[in-house]
Amino acid sequence: MLWFFHKHIPYIITYNYLVLCLKYVDMKKIIVVGNGMVGYKFCEKFVAQENSKNFKITIFGEEPRPAYDRVHLSEFFDNQDAKALEMAPREWYEEHGIELISNERITDIHRSSKKITTSKDLHYKYDYLVLATGSAPFVPNINGIEKKGVFVYRTIEDLEGMLAYADEIQKGRNETVKAAVLGGGLLGLEAAKAVMDMGLEPHVVEFAPKLMPRQLDRRSSNVLQEKLESMGINIHLSKATNKILGDGAITGMEFGEYDKIDVEMLVVSAGIRPRDELGKTCDLKMGTRGGIVVNNKMQTSDPEIYAIGEVALYNNMIYGLVAPGYDMAEVAVSQIIGNSHVIMPEDIDMSTKLKLIGVDVASYGEPFMPVEKGYSVVFENKTKDLYKRINVSHDGKKLLGGILVGDASDYNMLHQIYLNGLPIPEDAEELLIGSRGDGEGGFGSVMDIPDAAQVCSCESITKGDICCSITEGDCNNLGDVIAKTKATTGCGGCKPMVVDLVNESLKSLGKEVKETICEHFDFNRQELYDLIKINKVKDYQETLNLFGEGHGCEICKPLIASIFASIHMETPNKQPGIQDTNDRFLANIQRNGTYSVVPRVAGGEITPDQLIVIGEVAKKYDLYTKITGGQRIDLFGAQIHELPMIWKELIDAGFESGHAYGKSLRTVKSCVGSTWCRYGMHESVTFAIDIENRYRGLRSPHKLKGGVSGCIRECAEARGKDFGLIAVDGGWNLYVCGNGGATPKHAVLLAEQLDDETAVKYLDRFLMYYIRTAGPLVRTAPWLDKLEGGIDYLKQVVIEDSLGLAEELEQEMQGLVNKYECEWKQAIENPEMIKRFKHFVNSDDTDDNLVFVPMREQKMPKAWV
Amino acid sequence: MQDILSKYQTVLEADVTTWFEVGQVSDFLENSGACIKYKDKQIAVYNFTRTGKWYACQNMCPHKMENVLALGMIGDKDDIPKVACPMHKKNFSLEDGSNLGGEDYKIATYPVKIEGGNVYIGFSD
Repeated sequence: MLWFFHKHIPYIITYNYLVLCLKYVDMKKIIVVGNGMVGYKFCEKFVAQENSKNFKITIFGEEPRPAYDRVHLSEFFDNQDAKALEMAPREWYEEHGIELISNERITDIHRSSKKITTSKDLHYKYDYLVLATGSAPFVPNINGIEKKGVFVYRTIEDLEGMLAYADEIQKGRNETVKAAVLGGGLLGLEAAKAVMDMGLEPHVVEFAPKLMPRQLDRRSSNVLQEKLESMGINIHLSKATNKILGDGAITGMEFGEYDKIDVEMLVVSAGIRPRDELGKTCDLKMGTRGGIVVNNKMQTSDPEIYAIGEVALYNNMIYGLVAPGYDMAEVAVSQIIGNSHVIMPEDIDMSTKLKLIGVDVASYGEPFMPVEKGYSVVFENKTKDLYKRINVSHDGKKLLGGILVGDASDYNMLHQIYLNGLPIPEDAEELLIGSRGDGEGGFGSVMDIPDAAQVCSCESITKGDICCSITEGDCNNLGDVIAKTKATTGCGGCKPMVVDLVNESLKSLGKEVKETICEHFDFNRQELYDLIKINKVKDYQETLNLFGEGHGCEICKPLIASIFASIHMETPNKQPGIQDTNDRFLANIQRNGTYSVVPRVAGGEITPDQLIVIGEVAKKYDLYTKITGGQRIDLFGAQIHELPMIWKELIDAGFESGHAYGKSLRTVKSCVGSTWCRYGMHESVTFAIDIENRYRGLRSPHKLKGGVSGCIRECAEARGKDFGLIAVDGGWNLYVCGNGGATPKHAVLLAEQLDDETAVKYLDRFLMYYIRTAGPLVRTAPWLDKLEGGIDYLKQVVIEDSLGLAEELEQEMQGLVNKYECEWKQAIENPEMIKRFKHFVNSDDTDDNLVFVPMREQKMPKAWV
Repeated sequence: MQDILSKYQTVLEADVTTWFEVGQVSDFLENSGACIKYKDKQIAVYNFTRTGKWYACQNMCPHKMENVLALGMIGDKDDIPKVACPMHKKNFSLEDGSNLGGEDYKIATYPVKIEGGNVYIGFSD
């Protein structure tokens, strides 16, 4: 094109002038209608093209804010931070020369004059038009659906409306208010979590006889249902809603004559309908059930108008997933820019993996399979809420699809095997449960998958892209690879596989794979631990001088503080400047910048007199009180200057610090055991107190929790802890490396039928070995996962002393135990140390920005702005 | 709430009309931060002992409007002196108050001078 022009212009025109002319005259205008995830992705992919400078993009969004990540909408509840969800800030559009016009809808397209009209009656001309209007929630025509309290779940504004309404109906009421979600699909279950987070009792109502009907079979739906119900989400299947009850506002839903539920809010999440009105008004070819028909170049029936994302009907289907939407954006970009060979593939992978309310759910390829195509292997464990299914071709050579519920850690590998038709083990069940014998899984190394295999489907990044960025490019670590390829930046589901690929590629180049802690130290935690110990380094500043560079940061400072504590039992009073705020003030910072106070209540045993002291202190300082999950009492709302006064009173009454603020031993939870319980086998409370007192103040790479149960009924939930003891006939069974939290893990058996003394000996060795070798902020469960050889190796180290370290580990632990002192007592007895507990250096005033509001009989901080 | 933020505006050394004495050098923990009060303002003051430099900024983190920046850990990122908010670890440059994570938050900074062992913060009001 440029060559053609060049031949026809008079020779007197200089080249620069030509460029200038072309810039203004020949600059093609692209208008993108819809600033959602796919519309944004179109822009992002477009500006990454070399000759994108010859185009001017204008993008319209009808919402008030720039495109945001709708897939993670329910995260809005955790932080209420709309900005955190943004795909890119407004400035990004400016920097790339894209005009972003928010809050303005397109009302008409004039194809003959190539113009559009907006809701403000403005006109814009286009050369190419890209429709990325997405979809709207489908609202079924049910009698009463217009009532107050009925919402859809799609935008941040929808969520804000729900939040405000939920507050209104819960105000001043003590009972839990019920709310329903209509639709048990992906989005419906996400909405149920949102409803639960608002403090309402969620009820999911689904027309089909199973949850997530497009992804799950009946049995996996049952497993998911049981799991969700155990978490407090009520599920009603096979229910057709006849009527929404209530006058004005919703009070219930009626399914049949005698079948109804009382709910005061309803979220409709019954599927999507493409936002295809514009296609209709300008007579583009439409699908019979909606959607704008596109070909494999994403062109509509008008070749200058493209449609991408959930508005586009491709192969007679609307694809309600992000990854195909992004692929469509890529195709449209390529077509417009002139790379006409890039087209949409015939088969679109609809595999999905997600975490629904903390439960892994994945489905890939053909999740359900007719018998004529192959056979299925199913694994189900009801006690663990696990379900796995694979569908295999009749000849047993190909994986055709499958379902995972409860644990989707094998998804990436199975998905790759399916996508690339990789060979599978002769006995296909090895893919599900691992082969018998060597204990390895049924699939080979991550490096076996072909280079063309797509690893990150959101960003269309192949294994080859990732590996070559290291072997042939200049990437040297995971961060470089992510920055260069954008892999993992979409849904993040491929991260474990990308990490493995990066590490394997680095190893193949003979490079050491090393996780250094931050830009200031080129070492990992274990190396620093050894360096500080061997060189007898005295403080953080000396560590930085000897082994680091720069001035440190919020990552290396607390990490090194923790190492000093683990080596010398040094309290945070010695180097307050390098402690996390919690450790610096020996209390837990809360939402409004005030602190909470937790005295140690070893084993959860507390006397009436101690209870009275805590009550009196809480009253005197007007503190909110709550029982913690670790069997103690938390006092909230203390200001910095009050902390020493509060602790003076608590210490005088015999309390000591509970270290609730530290990466350190928190509590050893106990059940009442044989002293009171008619089933108790041993004295679990006594042993829990002994152990908690032994390890109190012990600092570690992450927090440590323990539990002691008096019998196998396990009322202390010891297997949900970093270490747990369960009384059995003949002694204690010792379990290690469990936790609750975001990724719950049951602790695994380390040794059986131990007497008290041996149990403590093994615990000493286990804990010290963990403290020495774990990475920063790695709890015992993921530490064990990464430990080569796993629990068998740990048994050899701890029980059989395979490293010859046992005595040293025990001695080190005993040294730490002997050096324990209560850091709060240390602080209040030392006038120098107590100086830091003051809001202002130059005034005795306190923070006047604090506002509390009443809540039930107590108080709480005023909500975040 | 926005009006609380609006009282914090960056002051350049050239615009200082008042050098306000906030204490002695020894009142400020080494390589760490502390908070001082000037009129109705809360100002975080940082003592970078390693380089002998001092910085000051508003105490309020613009992310959640809490008066906590003085409690944050200090350090550097790519040689820019910074503070990390203790609440959600938002990082701010102490040179120009910009957010080092590329987010849209900005804090006001103030000049600091040390004279005769005393610490002074510069204000223009």
